[in-house]
Amino acid sequence: MTDEVAKALLSVRNLVVEFDTRYGPVRAVDDISFDIFPNETVGIVGESGCGKTVTGLSLLRLVPSPPGRIVQGSIILNGSDLAQLPEKDMARLRGDEISMIFQEPMTALNPVLSVGEQMTDVLRQHRSITKRAARDAAIDMLLKVGISVPEKRIDEYPHELSGGMRQRVMIAMALSCNPKLLVADEPTTALDVTTQAQVLEQIVMLQEEFHMAVILITHDLGVIAETCQRAIVMYCGNIVEAGTTADLFERPRHPYTKGLLESIPRLRDERIPELPVIPGMVPDLMSLPAGCRFADRCQYVQADCRQTPPRLKVSDDTRSGVACYHPLNQEPGLVRTPA
Amino acid sequence: MSEPLLKVVNLEKHFPVRGGLFSRVVAKVKAVDGVSFELGKQRTLGLVGESGCGKSTLGRAVLRLHEPTAGQVFLDGEDICSLDRNALKKRRRDMQIIYQDPYASLSPRRLIGQTIQEPLDVHKIGTPEERKKRVEELLDIVGLRKQVLSRYPHEFSGGQRQRIGIARALALNPSFIVADEPVSALDVSVQSQVLNVISRLQREHGIAFLFISHDLAVIQHVSDDVGVMYLGRLIEYSDSGSLYRDPKHPYTRALMSAIPIPDTKRRAKRIVLAGDIPSPTNPPSGCPFHTRCAEAMPMCSQVVPERVNAGSAAKPHYVSCHLFESSPKVPA
Repeated sequence: MTDEVAKALLSVRNLVVEFDTRYGPVRAVDDISFDIFPNETVGIVGESGCGKTVTGLSLLRLVPSPPGRIVQGSIILNGSDLAQLPEKDMARLRGDEISMIFQEPMTALNPVLSVGEQMTDVLRQHRSITKRAARDAAIDMLLKVGISVPEKRIDEYPHELSGGMRQRVMIAMALSCNPKLLVADEPTTALDVTTQAQVLEQIVMLQEEFHMAVILITHDLGVIAETCQRAIVMYCGNIVEAGTTADLFERPRHPYTKGLLESIPRLRDERIPELPVIPGMVPDLMSLPAGCRFADRCQYVQADCRQTPPRLKVSDDTRSGVACYHPLNQEPGLVRTPA
Repeated sequence: MSEPLLKVVNLEKHFPVRGGLFSRVVAKVKAVDGVSFELGKQRTLGLVGESGCGKSTLGRAVLRLHEPTAGQVFLDGEDICSLDRNALKKRRRDMQIIYQDPYASLSPRRLIGQTIQEPLDVHKIGTPEERKKRVEELLDIVGLRKQVLSRYPHEFSGGQRQRIGIARALALNPSFIVADEPVSALDVSVQSQVLNVISRLQREHGIAFLFISHDLAVIQHVSDDVGVMYLGRLIEYSDSGSLYRDPKHPYTRALMSAIPIPDTKRRAKRIVLAGDIPSPTNPPSGCPFHTRCAEAMPMCSQVVPERVNAGSAAKPHYVSCHLFESSPKVPA
């Protein structure tokens, strides 16, 4: 186990993120642990409010504070614990070792600075290079993310670009210092399907070219199936299941994962009268049930599910696991409880 | 299709673009540019396209929520566009709309009961007791409990709000509803619940829908017929089975291949389109899609393709593309 963790690029352990609200603190992320290995693309999937975005933000220590704060847990990247790092050192890492792109590129880009000014800012912050060299590097990056005539585009402002183009600029900026880990939070949700296809293809290509690990946060299981090798499913601030994409889609073990997969409308050969649904709705984070948080909506629920919350049981290589007392598609001998 | 419930002929909606000194009209956006289709009783036509293709504008122009620039809309044989204010108001009972954003479409200061009952009040239908009874009936149809009536919109989740919006649209017992991206703002697990409510309305209440969405999978799930829009035009239009089995227009084919499929075993070959959708203020000459089309021929940039029937006379499959030139032409 120690060897495996040592090989991981990023190790998150027992992370808890809280937000203060009028009614008291709310745990948006409640005791999650996972590893990301070099050169892999891992999806984090879940519905609104499940904590996937907060997870992504806390990896870069970007959780708005106040009201949010990391209460507990460690985020080990390359041997140093990001949760404990002084802000000055953290700023040095951001955009260099670890980068993030956001859902809405128009709000993430600065509207009063040209593309070139924003891009060279990043480079000059982290590398000691001349303005001239930074500009050349920026043009080079824009070309890599598939922007045509980058020498012209670099002097344009965000409002002059289309949505897909803005997201490409964001990607170019995030990758300009060759990060080891890219966190992409719903990078294609605001885009049309044909543009989404272009941008996803670009991310996959760049992931290979830059030898980086990518965490892709999305609500879209289709995007996960097509771009990620592994995925983590979140529900109510917990990780309920993790595994290879193939396993998750073909042999989901958590009833929530199964329900989610069945309920999405997908292209079929025959029209079906009604979609299978997950009944009910996500519980309020302020008043969570005592046991499993999915129990009230679960068709396989049993008495013990309502006693104590199930913990994520992970496999030896920490790459897959499920938090359920009665998992589906069980393969004996595969799971064990960590100490 | 016998006598259609809704018949739209050459509908156009142009928006002026003002600019320069004295805000003169400097250009126009052809948001809907000559669209014709028919919708049979108790059927659902799915309209699909990317943002800015004019699908929402079309939906609103059909209801005259946007005054069409040209063209005709017949509901049960009556030309909606020629009606005066009073006559239109009466006619609106038969045609309703469900909006995309359940947060913006309900008045925050009004109780849910008032919101759902409002159409009945406006059209002065029934006695107060009858109205109350009808509202409770509506709640039952969309799967909400009676207790919600005395609560405010902010107390509800997106899915519940969308059910409330649906109940309001149903209040007057319409024969036809425009559903403008009704599930796009919802989470996956809630989306399927709301889609099932809509399926039940189709089946049990025989309501015809013009269902607008950017999501081809959602469209397939609810539609009998499907129309694909690009830059204000309906470029392909046929029954759902034929369109999904055998998409003709290169744009439809690219759109279908671009959908990420939530299945690791079924990975389709993807046609990635180059470039972005051109601006509708200044659409390309000839076929609007020729700038991004992999199969574009020299004539595509010059001649606007006419609508042809690439299917059979009994099962028409309309497409506007020069690749299908040899198929019989269809007068718009």
